[in-house]
Amino acid sequence: MTASDAIPGGGNGDRGTGNAGGLDGWVPGAAPSTATSGVVENPLVEYLLRLGDDRLVLGHRLSEWCGHGPILEEDIALANIALDLVGQAALLLKLAGEVEGKGRSEDTLAYFRDAIEFRNVQLVELPNGDFAATIVRQFLFDAWDVLVLEKLTGASNEALAGIAAKALKEAKYHLRHSAEWVRMLGDGTPESHERAQRALDELWPYTHELFSMDDVDAQAAANGIGVDVGALEPLWRLTVDRVLGDATLSVPGDGFAPRGGRVGRHTEHLGRMLADMQSLARAHPGATW
Amino acid sequence: MAGPRRDQVLAWLEEVKDPEVPALSIRELGVLRDVETDGDAVTVVLTPTYSGCPAMRMMEDDVARTLARYGVPNVRVKTVYAPAWTTDWMSDEAKAKLEAYGIAPPGRIEGDDLVPLRRRAAVRCPYCQSADTTLRSEFGSTACKAILFCNGCQQPFELFKAI
Repeated sequence: MTASDAIPGGGNGDRGTGNAGGLDGWVPGAAPSTATSGVVENPLVEYLLRLGDDRLVLGHRLSEWCGHGPILEEDIALANIALDLVGQAALLLKLAGEVEGKGRSEDTLAYFRDAIEFRNVQLVELPNGDFAATIVRQFLFDAWDVLVLEKLTGASNEALAGIAAKALKEAKYHLRHSAEWVRMLGDGTPESHERAQRALDELWPYTHELFSMDDVDAQAAANGIGVDVGALEPLWRLTVDRVLGDATLSVPGDGFAPRGGRVGRHTEHLGRMLADMQSLARAHPGATW
Repeated sequence: MAGPRRDQVLAWLEEVKDPEVPALSIRELGVLRDVETDGDAVTVVLTPTYSGCPAMRMMEDDVARTLARYGVPNVRVKTVYAPAWTTDWMSDEAKAKLEAYGIAPPGRIEGDDLVPLRRRAAVRCPYCQSADTTLRSEFGSTACKAILFCNGCQQPFELFKAI
């Protein structure tokens, strides 16, 4: 089954001819065949939404810990990291809206799209679970994020390269934080070890989507804007194996690789999360405070 | 009417402080990158400390309000992200002001490997100058600060992280 089978309104093939919105190095008219929900017509917009939505959704998930952290320091840490991720999402979605040229602001994109229009990987939308699950998910994402942002600092689109350079500094200390906690939990008490290993077993299948490439990614990479994420997997495994080794945790065997988030196929959890995240903005459209 | 001179605008903007760290002006913090004047139009170029820093909006508003008070109505704030903000832009004088205010200033930026802050160079307590301090949390009241504890004077204090 191809993605277009599953997406209403997708696969009509009439994408990519839109205005390239001042981006450098993009080849107009070279339309990728991958289906979208039909909302996005410009592949760069699509690519920026993917980058932005990963951060928005993970940032919102982390913010759910605010006031519930296991210790005060971690409550503050998770809220700080959430703030960084939501801030990065705002920059990326703002750029997506500008390139799209249809007057959609970062707030419109965050609050007035439904789950099927979100482009984040499924890993980041999963419920927080216990602290171990939140930390393991964060570590798996951070190790990937640092590599992606390092590449994006050389993007031919100047605005995207600037945002990536800014976000990279933050991603590095996010990784430092999550890696240290993975070590402490894995190499901690029998209970913390067991919980961390269980989280890793449950989350590992969702990491494959981080490295899957479709036409949007391939075209973005070929145009010097995006990243060949497939090529990053061995580098990601270096970091992951090193930290998991320190943590006495083992990579599970798996034959399961859920994916589809990049084209709007999500787990049941995203819709519920968005209902919560978007309720205020939708109840009071245009409200400011 | 002739517009204000660039150096005059820069002098006025010394009054705009970081709302979270009022010891420093936005120039000393490194957030104020440039001022461009064109007739009576003034463009103030800022760069954010952190992507999600909630103080940025307040600093933008303070820039416009301060210049309006000096009779500059036509102010545009432009935000740039590259080059990315770094604590290396803080002068020694600014770092001394931070310490006098009770916040340990940022040290040198270390290699970006996975070494946790608590295993890095000792931070000096801004109150008693003791180097016998312990990291309590890599994250503090704002994105830019960490929380430490001084074993010398038994005081918690904040560190402005090097980034």
